[in-house]
Amino acid sequence: MLLSLAQSDRAAFSPPDAGDGWSTLDQIVSTLTLQAGFNTSIVVVGTTLLGLAAGIIGVFALLRRRALVCDALSHATLPGMALAFITAAVLGADGRTLPVLLSGAAVSGVLGVLAIQLILRCTRLREDAAIGIVLSVFFGIGIVLLSVIQQMPTGNAGGLRQFIYGQTAAMSVGDAVLMGAIALLACLATVLLLKEFAVVCFNDAFARVSGWPVSLVDLGIMALVVLVTVAGLQAVGLLLVVAMLIVPPVAARFWTERLWLLVIVAGVIGGLSGYLGAATSALLPRKPAGGVIVLTSGVIFVISMVCAPARGVLAASWRRFRLRLRIAGEHILEEAFEHRGGDGQASLSAAQLRALATLRGWPRGLRRMLVSLLRLRGHLTATPEGGVVLTPQGHTAGARISRNHRLWEQYLISYADIAPSHVDWSVDQVEHVLSESLVRELEAALRDAGTEVPA
Amino acid sequence: MSDAMSTFVTLDLAPLLAAVFASLACGLLGNFLVLRRESLMGDAISHSVLPGLVIAFLLTGTRSPMVMFIGAAVAGVATVVLVELVKRLGRVEPGAAMGVVFSVLFALGVLLIRQAAENVDLDADCVLHGDLEAMALYWFPPTEWNAFLSWSTLTSLPRQVLTLGVVLIVTVLFVGVFYKELRITSFDPALATSQGIHAGAMHLVLMVLVAIATVASFEAVGSILVIAMLICPAATARLMTDRLRSQIIGSAVIAIIAGVVGYFSASLVPSLFVADATVNAAGMIVIVSGLLLTVAAIVSPSHGLLAAVIRRRRLARGIAVDDLLAALFRLYETGQPQLTRDRLAPMLPGRLLDVAVAQASARGLVRTEANNIALTPTGLESAAEIVRRHRLWESYLVSEAGVAPDHVHDIAEMLEHVTVQPRSGPATDPHGRPIPGSES
Repeated sequence: MLLSLAQSDRAAFSPPDAGDGWSTLDQIVSTLTLQAGFNTSIVVVGTTLLGLAAGIIGVFALLRRRALVCDALSHATLPGMALAFITAAVLGADGRTLPVLLSGAAVSGVLGVLAIQLILRCTRLREDAAIGIVLSVFFGIGIVLLSVIQQMPTGNAGGLRQFIYGQTAAMSVGDAVLMGAIALLACLATVLLLKEFAVVCFNDAFARVSGWPVSLVDLGIMALVVLVTVAGLQAVGLLLVVAMLIVPPVAARFWTERLWLLVIVAGVIGGLSGYLGAATSALLPRKPAGGVIVLTSGVIFVISMVCAPARGVLAASWRRFRLRLRIAGEHILEEAFEHRGGDGQASLSAAQLRALATLRGWPRGLRRMLVSLLRLRGHLTATPEGGVVLTPQGHTAGARISRNHRLWEQYLISYADIAPSHVDWSVDQVEHVLSESLVRELEAALRDAGTEVPA
Repeated sequence: MSDAMSTFVTLDLAPLLAAVFASLACGLLGNFLVLRRESLMGDAISHSVLPGLVIAFLLTGTRSPMVMFIGAAVAGVATVVLVELVKRLGRVEPGAAMGVVFSVLFALGVLLIRQAAENVDLDADCVLHGDLEAMALYWFPPTEWNAFLSWSTLTSLPRQVLTLGVVLIVTVLFVGVFYKELRITSFDPALATSQGIHAGAMHLVLMVLVAIATVASFEAVGSILVIAMLICPAATARLMTDRLRSQIIGSAVIAIIAGVVGYFSASLVPSLFVADATVNAAGMIVIVSGLLLTVAAIVSPSHGLLAAVIRRRRLARGIAVDDLLAALFRLYETGQPQLTRDRLAPMLPGRLLDVAVAQASARGLVRTEANNIALTPTGLESAAEIVRRHRLWESYLVSEAGVAPDHVHDIAEMLEHVTVQPRSGPATDPHGRPIPGSES
């Protein structure tokens, strides 16, 4: 019964220029370039702007660790909408008008956030429980009110259901303008308050002692979140609007470490997913736009997580791999240096190389690769028997690492009270990352302590 | 069987059982989620189970409980693993990682369910808030009481009730058998690991059970009831007690009360206003559990707001009496045996003076004559003890903590109320006044 009502609503709202099933290339191009009729263009523009605003505001919600508070907030809008609807219906007005519903949503959303604060302040419950309680109880109230509306003589809840799953296609020119205005407001607020937001997000204790109005800034951030959430209710629905706030900032986080860049990237990712999602949903009207928008941002998130150069998985593994290669190469040089003969010639035989590889647990391929890499760098030459001989350059490098090893060993024994028989293992890891200046400091510290400084 | 009874059994018994079973199963599991500060994992899993269900359905083409459970369990484990992955790789806070994973998975589920709904009645709305009431339409119970105990009656119960019953039994067994492991891994995973209990495995099993409870509850009661029941009963019990065992028992009781009261109020409360009106029962159960939580937060004897207010007032009164006695003692030292209220008023502002005087004279510590207040012999003794504590603290702060003599008074003023009487000490305080009880 409920579902059939909802579907008849949807059918009534479907844009006339969208067909059923797959679209032609022509339709796709015209939708993406905003030439597929006024309504579709409005929807696409509105959703893009909404995505942009949500991405930007989401950055600050994320940095303030409020990601799931946004989730509770969006769930908490349902009872407000239902109550607004009932009140309007009882007073004889049409409860389905957008301003009535959205103001109800905003009020109960804010109440939900306040309830979380109240639970945190007055009980011993932690934030996760507080968020979950508010989310489920408010939503439960909303569901009960929906079933009340269902039985009211004046109207069915169909008009409200679109706010649960969202219905982009139902967006009117006024709605799109509203979203545009909210997006502009969010961007403007961010540009004007970037410094305030930044200081509160990164170190609120510092901000407080420096005299920044931390609670006021927090309030501002939450107000913008409420605004975006309420604006997004119609486009993506209250179950998914939180994704528009969280996913783009988390995805953007992989691309940059700078706040202003983070804001821009998150805005672009949010806008892009709004644009692509709305366009897709205009072409495939049976697909709920909210789902498509969130899934698009999900795909962007996965791409960012894997490919982003700053903090992406691939980049990180590449960096780790190179570090491992460098350390392993340095082990070869060090070993050869320490096995230098009486003539000062540092070399390793094939058997010694193999023993080193076994000790370090290198796979066979890695050993070969290391030797050829070091040859390329000019650190060593290979002997016909399969061993290696250090070049003067390699000799210097091996000597430096060997000395670092000894320095750090001495330091640990004299300063960190570690038994001489236990230092070797931990030194093995640190010797590769001692910087030039740290080596100078170590020398000075050991000299001061009267310990012998290795040559 | 009477008519009213028969109506109840026919219409209400099956949905009531479903509601109570679901509430109980979720309420029991919730204890460990709340303790692990992972309450929202229940929220996340109940969202992300959706694509698991739909994919399992699309792959196999059946809606048999086994297939659904496997789909849900896989989705539950996938959620946990993905959240962990995003948390580690993205270096984002756990909440955001959870939000990203479950919202994207839920979006996937919403899209897939629309796809699947074209050929079968997988209903997204029903998944969200359940359809307890509809269950009554599927069951025709026997008309005699003794027929209830037979196997055929049991198996003729609606499928959802049976499934929930099995899930409840599994949950109770799990919590009962692995109580020790659950407890230790919830409080201190590192300790658990060092004792040879695999904390990660316990965590995963717990999450799988949450996923299974979620999916078993879906059709009957909706996911919102699952989320609420995973958190509210355990949180309510946690406000009432500090012992895990009593918290678990308490949460079970609260879950049952919420289930029963919520279910009946869904049909009874609205019919007070409009005849024959009913509201969504699952939503009503959630509201009742929220109300129970609010009540517990206010009246709990150990952690409630009221208890805190009472404790605070009692402490404030005790301190006011202490201050009154100390002020009287200091004047007694200077040779004034009694004081007028006007002289005391600046020390104990407003009503506090009246309260303190009333309390002190009720305990026989002071005598009042018209406007004059004087210490009784017992009062003199306790006053000496308070002043002794104050001056001992002052000497300690000066000699041991290096505080300047003109700064110690305020600190000692606070500490004098919460210290037991030390046996020995110096004879005079930093200001040269004698410390009572140290004269020898």
